Amino acid sequence: MAVVFERPKALLDVPFHYCPGCTHGIVHRLLAEVLDEMGIEGETVGVCPVGCSVMAYDYFGCDMIEAPHGRAPAVATGVKRTNPDKFVFTYQGDGDLAAIGTAETVHSATRGENIVVIFINNTIYGMTGGQMAPTTIPGQVTQTTPFGRDPELAGYPVRVCEMLSTLTGTAYAERVAVDSVPHIRDAKKAIRKAFETQKNKKGFSIVEVLSTCPTNWGLTPVEALKRLQDEMIPYYPLGVYKDTTAEEGNK
Amino acid sequence: MATTEILLAGFGGQGVLFAGKILAYCGLMDNKELSWLPSYGPEMRGGTANCSVCISDDPIGSPLVLNPDILIAMNQPSFDKFITEVKPGGKVFYDSTLIEAECGRTDIDIFPIPSSQLADDNSLKGGSNIILLGKLIRETNLFSLETMKKGIEKVVPPSKAQLIPNNFKAIEIGMNN
Amino acid sequence: MERNLMKGNEALAEAAIRAGCKCFFGYPITPQTELAAYMAKRMHKAGGVFLQAESEIAAINMVLGAASTGVRAMTSSSSPGLSLKSEGISYIAGSDVPAVIINVQRGGPGLGGIQPSQADYWQTTKALGHGDFHLLVFAPASVQEMVDMVVKAFDKADQYRMPAMILADGLLGQMMEPVSFPEINPDAHDKSGWAATGHKGQREHHIINSLYLKPDELEKSVTDRFARYDQIKENETDAELYLTEDCDILLCAFGATARVVKSAVNDARAQGIKAGLFRPKTLWPFPVKEINEAAKSAKKLLSVEMSMGQMIDDIKLAINCSKPVEFYGRTGGVIPTPAEVLAEIKKVGGAE
Repeated sequence: MAVVFERPKALLDVPFHYCPGCTHGIVHRLLAEVLDEMGIEGETVGVCPVGCSVMAYDYFGCDMIEAPHGRAPAVATGVKRTNPDKFVFTYQGDGDLAAIGTAETVHSATRGENIVVIFINNTIYGMTGGQMAPTTIPGQVTQTTPFGRDPELAGYPVRVCEMLSTLTGTAYAERVAVDSVPHIRDAKKAIRKAFETQKNKKGFSIVEVLSTCPTNWGLTPVEALKRLQDEMIPYYPLGVYKDTTAEEGNK
Repeated sequence: MATTEILLAGFGGQGVLFAGKILAYCGLMDNKELSWLPSYGPEMRGGTANCSVCISDDPIGSPLVLNPDILIAMNQPSFDKFITEVKPGGKVFYDSTLIEAECGRTDIDIFPIPSSQLADDNSLKGGSNIILLGKLIRETNLFSLETMKKGIEKVVPPSKAQLIPNNFKAIEIGMNN
Repeated sequence: MERNLMKGNEALAEAAIRAGCKCFFGYPITPQTELAAYMAKRMHKAGGVFLQAESEIAAINMVLGAASTGVRAMTSSSSPGLSLKSEGISYIAGSDVPAVIINVQRGGPGLGGIQPSQADYWQTTKALGHGDFHLLVFAPASVQEMVDMVVKAFDKADQYRMPAMILADGLLGQMMEPVSFPEINPDAHDKSGWAATGHKGQREHHIINSLYLKPDELEKSVTDRFARYDQIKENETDAELYLTEDCDILLCAFGATARVVKSAVNDARAQGIKAGLFRPKTLWPFPVKEINEAAKSAKKLLSVEMSMGQMIDDIKLAINCSKPVEFYGRTGGVIPTPAEVLAEIKKVGGAE
């Protein structure tokens, strides 16, 4: 009997610690599928963040390094600069990438570090129990914005792909979502594209993945997917924000 | 030989550190123990600069010169500040074009030389520091002329090798004035 | 061996390259800037990587990344920068990754000043970052030792898989002295058992990590590390003992201060005062055996530091407070003079 669906090799056969309905699992799978399809697991070093995906080093089959909070792009820079022939990726959440690690994110992008950044945007700090993230949408209730995020008090969210696409060193920036089958397919294409960009030595790639956090949003998994569609996508429009490979193709 | 402690002082840009480096390299050429220590500050140009050089047959202890055996002063504030610190029996060399020397000390030897004027007269722009070194080797037996020339050759970067003859000339002017 | 005349910062950088350092990540700060500038000029030619990071924090994490792949990696800074690097150094220690960190100390606290200081002794030997850990700390007192100790630091960091620090100061960094470069064979420690360089399908994946959520697992990782620290305390202490055999008063000083103190000891001896000098070359591990040997005949000890008195704590512990330990220090970037130290020797212990 033909096997039509199986666990990607680059994803290890261990139980995840993620909450029910959390979309980290989907993104892990997509990333692992890309490593499998490109046959690069053995040539890849991943860097995990601090946050919900802190233990991703136990889930991916490639060599992994656990970075301090926000510093994954700096750690990845150290790996890539001394091992330019290896594939290097970071996997970071919104607090890690766009708050405490903003400087590392922006500067690795502007240097054009030839790495892939997978950015999970779920508009909340998950691991610490649901506090405001740099991407928390105005009005969104969190533990530290109990009356809804008030921009007068807490400022406005950071739109990461838009910001990074202004930098010359950014080769490829795309925002995707994992709320539906078509979007998940697009997300995988984007991750593949990011690794191809690294393979072609084009520079910094970021794939921002709009994700859910049913536990800290206080929603069921299905309701959470609906919130992603109804509230997040309008605020964080999907699409390619920068693609230097396409620009070259158009010339 | 006991340790000879030398202090060079002036404005930034007068070549105080450079002259100190030449003395340090002279020590290296003569196989002496030595140290060279600059004062460093946030002002990169025009501020006061000074530099401690120790030359000895034995390992150097503190490289910071507080009471010099030899003072080379290139501006008035440096002269005024350090003249009282020179060890009894010490020697002071200063640019008499820029400095009006007034000190009540009779326990030290003072050697004025109009080094800025001499540099200008001989078209040796910025050569005042080297002229003072020429005076120094005439009045002390610290280094020979030959060592001094070798030291200069070491300090002048290869890209500016064309300046070496001018530095030799400045040494001779210092020795003859 | 050929004698060169070099600044401490530049000699250290050259020695690091010769010791097989393949990458340098730094951020400008006085008074260590020449080190980074030298690396910028030479590292590329030497086939390595120089990168000016956006911050001290990024620089130390680049070191973490590069060193995690088994490459000899280094960063340098001065006091305020070390406070920023402390997070990364804790992770490097907790991940058992070898790396070399340079601190060319300046006065503090806060922005402090830019003149020489030794006020980071506590920070470096007790708590350069959070958690239970140590780093090897070498304290050079000459430009030659800047060279010799950085070579040793890379070797020992690799041997014990831990961070090693050269604790210098602005005086050593800025001064020039004759220096010779020894023949260095970058010691080939085998790192293939742990380095994260891609498994090529030939082994289990390697994980460089400091996270252990189960207390018993974290405890074990820490106690295993401390077992290594015990070996280091046994085998890696180093100190210079100068005129200590018959001394009545034992002066204790490290780094540039030890040079000043040595001059004062010589002056004291010339005046018939039996003074000696104990100079630790390793600050962690502190040379406990060596100081007890040096203090055998001494009636009193005098710690001289460019701080308000930090090493004095370790001295008292090392001799079990068996003898009085006095202190003399200048701080804020002021360098003590031999005359001041001599006066202190006379005041404290010379009047036997």
